[in-house]
Amino acid sequence: MARKLLLENVNVPGIQTFEVYRQKGGYRSVEKALSSMSPEDVVDEVKKSGLRGRGGAGFPTGMKWSFLAKPEGKPRYLICNADESEPGTFKDRYLMTHIPHLLIEGMIVSSFALGAKTSYIYVRGEMMPQIRILERAIAEAKNAGFLGKNILGSGYDLELYVQPGGGAYICGEETALIESLEGKRGNPRIKPPFPAISGVWGCPTVVNNVESIAAIVPIILDGGDEYAKIGIGRSTGTKLISASGNVNKPGIYEIELGLPVEEFIYSDEFCGGIANGKRLKAVVAGGSSVPILPANLILKTVEGNARLMSYESLAEGGFQTGSMMGSGGFIAFDEDQCIVRNTWNFSRFYHHESCGQCSPCREGTGWMEKVLHRLEYGHGKMSDMDLLIDVAKKIEGNTICPLGDAAAWPVASAIRHFRDEFEWHVNHPKDAVERNFGLGNYADSLDKLVEAEN
Amino acid sequence: MLKVTEIENIDFRVELLEEFSEIIKRYPEGKHKAALLPILHLVQAEYGWLSTESMERVANFLDLQPIEVFEVATFYTMFFLKPQGQFVLEVCRTGPCCLVGAEKIIKYIETKLGVKEGEVTSDGRFSWRGVECLAACGMAPVLQIGPDYTFYENLTEEKVDQLIQDLKQNNEAIKSDSQIV
Ligand SMILES: Cc1cc2nc3c(=O)[nH]c(=O)nc-3n(C[C@H](O)[C@H](O)[C@H](O)COP(=O)(O)O)c2cc1C
Ligand code: SF4
Ligand code: FES
Repeated sequence: MARKLLLENVNVPGIQTFEVYRQKGGYRSVEKALSSMSPEDVVDEVKKSGLRGRGGAGFPTGMKWSFLAKPEGKPRYLICNADESEPGTFKDRYLMTHIPHLLIEGMIVSSFALGAKTSYIYVRGEMMPQIRILERAIAEAKNAGFLGKNILGSGYDLELYVQPGGGAYICGEETALIESLEGKRGNPRIKPPFPAISGVWGCPTVVNNVESIAAIVPIILDGGDEYAKIGIGRSTGTKLISASGNVNKPGIYEIELGLPVEEFIYSDEFCGGIANGKRLKAVVAGGSSVPILPANLILKTVEGNARLMSYESLAEGGFQTGSMMGSGGFIAFDEDQCIVRNTWNFSRFYHHESCGQCSPCREGTGWMEKVLHRLEYGHGKMSDMDLLIDVAKKIEGNTICPLGDAAAWPVASAIRHFRDEFEWHVNHPKDAVERNFGLGNYADSLDKLVEAEN
Repeated sequence: MLKVTEIENIDFRVELLEEFSEIIKRYPEGKHKAALLPILHLVQAEYGWLSTESMERVANFLDLQPIEVFEVATFYTMFFLKPQGQFVLEVCRTGPCCLVGAEKIIKYIETKLGVKEGEVTSDGRFSWRGVECLAACGMAPVLQIGPDYTFYENLTEEKVDQLIQDLKQNNEAIKSDSQIV
């Protein structure tokens, strides 16, 4: 069994309560930090740990913290991003439901490190049950002296509040989230200034994902160096992977970074293989925004190396033959899934969720949705694939926030790797509405691979 | 600062107003606009939707222009700007759920309730709509029902039948079978 840092106690009965969580050693990181460490010490440990943001971008958390401006007389804020709306991702909901105090504990230590006296957990509005769970956990922690004035006699004061969203994917983007927290529409802001300089109410602000904040707890308890020993290379620690789609055992798995993708899919400890005895066709490894890969490329890189669940390995080959770790939303497609239909579905999603501020995103996502719709329903043209690639290119890099890229990548990668299937839709419009293209060559080993084995 | 005198002119329930006032305390002085989303959720839970009048009252309470409330209410998908059925079945229609049959479930619900997306059944009890990924893709297909956002997971046609029957009989949200909640 791999080492678990976040979910080790998740099945302990009553772990949702302060009492049991505390019995199991909870809140020791707060005691340690507040009694024997300075805020700078905490930041140093996080830097040493090599922890990278678990919300999608993978930016080093310690570095992000050290960028936080500290002007005199201005409060600083920590906001936890619990908006979790990236299709394929459901780990934050799981963590908040089952072990809410881990997040609260992480929030206290992180707020202390950043010098925040008021912090917020921005939870997507649909997660009302989780909002209640967190509010109860906060009240319990406050009652026990871990929140409020003069925590554990250290002189440090902290108030922690839960803020609901209103149902908008874009509010997961950190500047949109800040706008939304201020009670406005979730329109992303133009950067710079970055939130570290001017975030909520114009004050220096750090936004971190739920899982990133939770990981601070083991980092402070064991030390950053110990944390950095887990994982592989610059992908340190453990990661929560949300497994969905056509696997035998969908769910949340805490893996040590560096686990081979093949083991993650087929081993009984994790997904237990593809459901109903079918074969794997494709995987979207990091939430809907990252490039889709055919089975052969997700299992092995073009160089013939086993692909690993790590930031580097998943990205190996760049966008030509690789993908990204993203948020760890691992979506598996079996041989009976239609790539064109799924690509259309994702495009519809991004069009629906575009905030509409930038025309390449607003118009481009709508256009892609329309073209993909006609391809899926048997009215497509051979030129549509190039048209889609052209539109995707025009969106990419030309927008205020990365939603534009997030909408472009899945389309471009689907056409790159599954062009046969798109062409089949054009050439066999009648078949395309009745059945599925099938497995194609996507599960076969790559030429280069065969050579490597000889 | 808020003009406390205004509050008396609003006819929200006193308890609701007290909740509003508690929420405002979470933010720094003068930043009470941040209370808008939490308050709109409470108002929608109370009335089932957001009428122009109720939004105007919220604007009045928070000392905002009504347009500031309207533009927020129209941006976020959770807010209903017209009356809904007593139970709104919100089914996820995004990619991962579709890999395991969400589209079939959506069709089934549409046929079973006999109304189109966004419409209300003649007895006023039900409406339904497709929503985007609910962060429960491992338990797909899923639907949620507000205002408590109870979850129903791994949906089958039989489960949908049972759910609709239970909702009709109990007149109240029934217990979820959710593994996550
Ligand atoms: C369109 C869009 C949606 C996003 N959604 C989320 C989200 O739901 N949760 C999250 O933690 N980060 C999300 N992010 C990333 C955040 O902007 C931000 O990078 C992250 O919260 C930083 O935290 P981390 O460094 O701990 O990962 C999203 C980004 C974009 C562009
Ligand atoms: S890229 Fe899209 S979502 Fe992002 S700011 Fe522009 S229009 Fe809005
Ligand atoms: S796609 Fe339906 S819950 Fe995520």
